[in-house]
Amino acid sequence: MRVAVIGSGIVGAACALALVEGGAEVVVIDRVGVAGETSSRCEGNLLVSDKAPGAEADLAVASNAMWRVLAARLDAERPAGQPATEFEAKGGIVVAFGGGEAALERFAEVQRATGIRAEAMDVASLAAAEPYLSREVVHAVHYPDDAQIQPSAATQALLDTAIRSGARLVIGDVTGPLDRSGRADRSGRLAGVMTTAGPIEADAVVNCAGPWAGEVAARLGARLDIRPRRGVILVTTPMPQRVFHKVYDSDYVGAVGSGDAALQTSTVVESTPGGTVLIGSSRERVGFDDRPGVAPAAAIAAKAVRLFPFLEETLLLRSYFGFRPYAPDHLPVIGADPEIAGLVHATGHEGAGIGLAPATAQLVAHAVLGAPTALDPAPFLPGRAGLQETA
Amino acid sequence: MIRITVDDEAIEGRAGQTIAGVLIGAGRTAWRTAQTGERGVFCGIGVCHDCLVTVNDVEGVRACQREAVDGDRVEREVRA
Repeated sequence: MRVAVIGSGIVGAACALALVEGGAEVVVIDRVGVAGETSSRCEGNLLVSDKAPGAEADLAVASNAMWRVLAARLDAERPAGQPATEFEAKGGIVVAFGGGEAALERFAEVQRATGIRAEAMDVASLAAAEPYLSREVVHAVHYPDDAQIQPSAATQALLDTAIRSGARLVIGDVTGPLDRSGRADRSGRLAGVMTTAGPIEADAVVNCAGPWAGEVAARLGARLDIRPRRGVILVTTPMPQRVFHKVYDSDYVGAVGSGDAALQTSTVVESTPGGTVLIGSSRERVGFDDRPGVAPAAAIAAKAVRLFPFLEETLLLRSYFGFRPYAPDHLPVIGADPEIAGLVHATGHEGAGIGLAPATAQLVAHAVLGAPTALDPAPFLPGRAGLQETA
Repeated sequence: MIRITVDDEAIEGRAGQTIAGVLIGAGRTAWRTAQTGERGVFCGIGVCHDCLVTVNDVEGVRACQREAVDGDRVEREVRA
């Protein structure tokens, strides 16, 4: 079976590997290059701590376990010159300031019921785990399964492994569908895609275009309501390590699930193997506006200093931003298009695409090749009611 | 001639050299550690922040930009 994968971000790269290992002949198409957009403009979060019980939490838990095996394999197999995934099982610590402790503990309690490990920390264990954390923090929950990865390096490693197994990468922009005769047409089963690099015939097309997946779907004659959300991240100069986990304010959970268009921020602080500290995060619904200005940076910085007072004296090296793909019902969109035969979508992961990529790839291999999966595809299908109402 | 200390070891350099210049002149090409390897001068023009050292208790000083002064106490920034 010939499969065209549109997009070489983390989801496209993971799908390419799963499909090629499932026996498919895979061509990956990207208009920019490997990890050229969202997957290199994020933090590389593999989180279970921010997931409320439900279908996405189940997917995150399964995908978290898959990443541990996958990252070890990618690092072990990497050829000379290919970057390591920098997978770190560092764990997350979610903290609450005065007044927020009850909500944090309630959230942790319902998570425990679904199998997410969430351990309340006492003052002494918190001070030992994060000695530079503000003493104003009144409650903390440790999530040992939260992890981090270098997202663009991991994407390159995934795609490189797929290419060594026979996949092919084409740089080009998808302009329209091919019909069975190989001509550009909008009727019948999809027979591939027309691109600026020429036609690519395929028995199935997988749309992994992230925040641009709605636009790609439209070019292929399908309707898919995926929108961009802008997120800004600050990078400090390298320093001796003072942050040892992913540490974030419990208000993060509310911001991720919010549908509000205005700027929202919540503090997420972590160090990287390079010695820098990454400070997030903001969420703004501003389309593909690439002029974030200083407002998100200032808001994020102020909240980060409240969490880690030493940051007040720290220099910022740079900031960056990316666009996260989200669906109106805030669930990933994975599976066959309800109207266009031969088209499969894998997008809508919002800020969780790095973490959810391996499980998403397994669901895509299931949808395209009938490969076995223990995951339930139903909640993520593009034909679900939560998407059709607004599409 | 100026003399600085690097983690208590005395190193000599010429007046006007940067701290990075003194270090490289003494045969040291890497002095900061990150989890992924050792770091020293990468860009040499103050942009990459790979050459950071602590100078006279001030952390995060770019060795490629800071002129060495006689008596400077330089400490390497080593990741635990």
